[in-house]
Amino acid sequence: MENTKKFRREPLTDTQLLMTITIGIFFAMYLIAMAVLKGGFLRPQQIFDMLNDNAPLIITSCGLTIVMIAGGIDISVGAVTSLVVMSCVLYLNRGGNIFVSVLLALGIGLAFGLVQGYLISYLEIQPFIVTLAGMFFARGLTTILSVNPQKAEHEGFAKLRDVKIEISWLGYVAKNGNRIPARIELGVVIALACVLIIFLLLKFHKLGRGFYAIGGNQQSALMLGINVKRTRFITYIISGLLSGIAGYVFMMHTGAGNATNAAGMEMNAIASSIIGGTLLTGGVGNVVGTLFGTLTLTTINKIVVSSGLKDPWWQKITTGGMLCFFILLQSIVLSRRSKKKQS
Amino acid sequence: MEHELLEMRNISKIFPGVKALSNVDFTLRKGEIHALMGENGAGKSTLIKVLTGVYQMDGGEISVDGDKISIRSPQDAQNNGISTVYQEITLCPNLTVAENMYIGRENGVLVNHKSREKSADKILQELGIPARSTQQLGSCSLAVQQMVAIARAVDMKCKVLILDEPTSSLDDKEVNMLFKLMRDLKAQGVGIIFVTHFLEQVYEVCDRITVLRNGELVGEYLIEDLPQVELVAKMIGKDLDELSSLSEGEEKNYDNAEVFYEATNLSSSDALSFDFKIHKGEVNGFTGLLGSGRSESVRAIFGADKVTGGTVKIKGEDVKVTKPLDAMKHGIGYLAEDRKRDGIIADLSVRENIILALQVMKGFFKPISRSEAEAFADEYIKVLNIKTASRETPIGSLSGGNQQKVILARWLLTHPDYLILDEPTRGIDVGTKLEIQKLVLKLAEEGVSVTFISSEVEEMLRTCSRLIVMRDRHIVGELKGKDLNQAQVMKTIAGGES
Amino acid sequence: MKNKLKQIFKGGLGQLTIPLIAIALLVIFNLIRDPSFFSIELMHNNDGNIVLAGNLISIINGASELAVLAMGMTLVTAACGGQDISVGAMAAIAGSTFVKVLKASPSITGITVVIAFFAACVVAMLFASFNGVLVAIFKIQPMIATLILFTCGRSIAYWINGGATPTVESPIINAIGGFIPGIPVPTPVLIVIAVAIIFALAFRFTSIELFTQSVGINGSAARLNGINSTFIKLLSFIILGACVAVAGSIAVGRLGLINHETILLDIEMDAILAVAIGGNSLGGGKFKISGSIIGAYVIQMLTITLYAMKVSSTDVKAYKAIVIIILVVIGSPVIKAKFQKLMNRIKDNKRKVSVKGAE
Repeated sequence: MENTKKFRREPLTDTQLLMTITIGIFFAMYLIAMAVLKGGFLRPQQIFDMLNDNAPLIITSCGLTIVMIAGGIDISVGAVTSLVVMSCVLYLNRGGNIFVSVLLALGIGLAFGLVQGYLISYLEIQPFIVTLAGMFFARGLTTILSVNPQKAEHEGFAKLRDVKIEISWLGYVAKNGNRIPARIELGVVIALACVLIIFLLLKFHKLGRGFYAIGGNQQSALMLGINVKRTRFITYIISGLLSGIAGYVFMMHTGAGNATNAAGMEMNAIASSIIGGTLLTGGVGNVVGTLFGTLTLTTINKIVVSSGLKDPWWQKITTGGMLCFFILLQSIVLSRRSKKKQS
Repeated sequence: MEHELLEMRNISKIFPGVKALSNVDFTLRKGEIHALMGENGAGKSTLIKVLTGVYQMDGGEISVDGDKISIRSPQDAQNNGISTVYQEITLCPNLTVAENMYIGRENGVLVNHKSREKSADKILQELGIPARSTQQLGSCSLAVQQMVAIARAVDMKCKVLILDEPTSSLDDKEVNMLFKLMRDLKAQGVGIIFVTHFLEQVYEVCDRITVLRNGELVGEYLIEDLPQVELVAKMIGKDLDELSSLSEGEEKNYDNAEVFYEATNLSSSDALSFDFKIHKGEVNGFTGLLGSGRSESVRAIFGADKVTGGTVKIKGEDVKVTKPLDAMKHGIGYLAEDRKRDGIIADLSVRENIILALQVMKGFFKPISRSEAEAFADEYIKVLNIKTASRETPIGSLSGGNQQKVILARWLLTHPDYLILDEPTRGIDVGTKLEIQKLVLKLAEEGVSVTFISSEVEEMLRTCSRLIVMRDRHIVGELKGKDLNQAQVMKTIAGGES
Repeated sequence: MKNKLKQIFKGGLGQLTIPLIAIALLVIFNLIRDPSFFSIELMHNNDGNIVLAGNLISIINGASELAVLAMGMTLVTAACGGQDISVGAMAAIAGSTFVKVLKASPSITGITVVIAFFAACVVAMLFASFNGVLVAIFKIQPMIATLILFTCGRSIAYWINGGATPTVESPIINAIGGFIPGIPVPTPVLIVIAVAIIFALAFRFTSIELFTQSVGINGSAARLNGINSTFIKLLSFIILGACVAVAGSIAVGRLGLINHETILLDIEMDAILAVAIGGNSLGGGKFKISGSIIGAYVIQMLTITLYAMKVSSTDVKAYKAIVIIILVVIGSPVIKAKFQKLMNRIKDNKRKVSVKGAE
């Protein structure tokens, strides 16, 4: 008995299954790209570039994953990110302090999280509508702050922005013979730290398990003694905070505020979460999956561009096709599963 | 034994327009199993929900171990040592068994999965529950899920354990296991409140009975002082002569009557192939334990599950019944087992619920006019004595028995030749049960064929002239005439013959 | 009398209470701010027609596309318990098809316009069916299923347009987006009325309302009563497709060109909002189309009011958000319940006082 117990493996849970599929597909896709397209795909820098460009998206996707696991939705993340960028740039350009600017970013994110979370959890208003209003509000505020693009011209910030981790052995030799080290931006470190922290939170913290519980069955969660309202409230606060962090990382990447910053990011974040195996119905999902979801989305776009289809609409169409593929795949996998269980 | 564990005094709860509880007292002593009885709408569930913090009471006080407490949420209830296992599974299917047992009551903020799984496995083993702690709950059967819920409550070292209809999805073996568990807990000094519709079970395990009626307390009795017949009388508040007037049906023979429906080798995604026929004006029944295939068979007849094979003749003609609409067009009506899930359209009015099936049969392009629909609704509200504020009241706000009557009205309105009633009397009050049984007999007299399924064999003996017995998804016997008695039915179900 | 009022307040208006109050408040606010806000005048437009003009007209006219889409969105919401977020992108596709067919014919006559409209309808319905199949057959949540077309729909429109923003010049097209000579009411308003009448007729002569609500509230029970819920869900999407084609064609008519990037941009959000402001649950089930239509006009009136207050078009969103939040907070079940409790307490107090008085 004891022996068999040790070797017996449980079948994967829904969350694990969907995540495994995504990770598998990502590696398969990347390997094929390395074999067929070669070029940039053979350099490690390609992956770091993908991370550098998408650190803010990874961060907001994490927030969205949490909200979606708990059975909600937050479509304000892109707009809040944009608002944070604009506010911080304007603040820094007036001779602000770096430390205060970070607090400002977090504060804006937190404020949105608090208000939206309160309206959704305690006043029981539909999350889509609340965060839609949040999105309108943040976008509107951004243009009220400035319609024109604003470049950050703060000395201290410029230094912070240029902090890059260089790893020479992962670099490559350029045509002129110089060795160019691999460069990783600070934002990537922050993004990966966010993923790790949230992964641990979801897996080992009682709050994290609560997110899964209320997403799985809200009524049951209530009966099991979970404070559903407070738990849901916290998901939106985390999502808001992460949008604040994403905004700051975005600013460190681009160095400028623009009213159209992070346009459509909310939908990309939702797409990343879905590809990563999060179900909008709640209760299923994982941030590691989400990280790979983002990478999968980016890789497919890189592949499209490298294949010579430079027109941006090709990217959108492949993204759409990709989404369609993953959505159908998940639907089929899960429905086969539930059928198997019945018989 | 006489130590008072839980005292509820003068509990009142008012819903818009209804006084669900008025000044109800309830006392639970240490180490007793206390049955809470009453018809549907008597206030049992409301009382339970007040106690577990789902509803806030509008008046009264609750004390545990002599200390006055206020219960504002299910957590408050848990913290005060009150645990509940509900009829519907209230666990999270996406989490593991172990997590379902421990979530919501952890001490620290961090979760130690390993130690949790270890202790969960220990309890599961102790209670003999066939589940592994690391399994995703959704992959367990419903009965196991229910037992996991009980395991959770047991592990919480609760003082008061509320079991709300825990046995309705369990088979006999599982029920016995549960009873053993209840007695063990009782010996440990836990007070158990047991809510059920099965009277025999009450007499098997309970020490005391509290009866509610119309939101008021009828009284508290020791089990020895209240014979079953009197209990029923207290619950429905009227004489029992009526009950006995429905004598066991006299022998009727339909062998020579016209066969209305005949199926050969009928099978569906959930039912094994079987033969079945019913005559005009006959009332037959499918019986067997839960999961024996009785519901699956009638669902196959109605085309509710995917039909995979077999031939069907209606009035002697070959027909194809692959989906509900086909069956309806051939004059078959089907009242589903699970009223909430498969019967009512909760937010729609009584009127809309009544005309639904008829409307579907008339077709998409021929809507029933408003005035016609109102006339139909009024007629059936009167005929079936449906208690509703008006025909425009959402059906969801009616009591269980009245909801069931509305669904019955829905099918009667289609004037079916053959009506399948799967557990029409489950979870509804004794009075309505009787009305439904009478209605079945009346319909049969008018020439309607009826298939009547009930988990209470007595009910079936009173109404059916032929019983089909199922075991392990096969038909194992057909009883009629002299063989139609409780002993024979039980013997066939248990497999004494063959 | 008092009882009757109470009844109307409780049951008669029901879910329409909030949108109607919103309209009333906006009207009062505007009247105080500028009494001439709602004045309507007859004037000659550039083509020399006598037409109605004024803020009220531009509100009713401007909300046309939104109102049409909101009607279709209500059905999808009710049947599927979710929303289609690709209506803007689909409108771009429908508009592009409309223009493409018009451009293909040597001269634009009434018949070519009708043919082009039908082509747009067919294309929009096809794309909507794609969404519908994902939702009804593959059981994918509407928002996720329609995310696909939301992402790539406008790119498909770009492909149909061949990467340009083609223009069509024809008095007939201008008439669709503007005025028909001799009729002072803007054509889009007439189209909305026509669509609303079609919906009303459909509700009168088919059981779509009952069936859709049944499927939305309890799909399993609906199936066992013989309703084909797959068909009902698909139907709701196809109807939405037709609405999208109408909205796309109006939008093309207004500008006389199709720009796949900007045509009806973000209208999906407004359409969903209109449904919600109209008191319909976004979770599906019971619905009232009239609510959604009123919701559309509330949104447009709010926008025009803000423009009239010299708020720039990019900033409007922020103010709109505040008003939306106020509206939904008032309409939230929690606030309603608290309000009810407060009223009851006041009543109780009154009763106590009167009892005391009697003693």
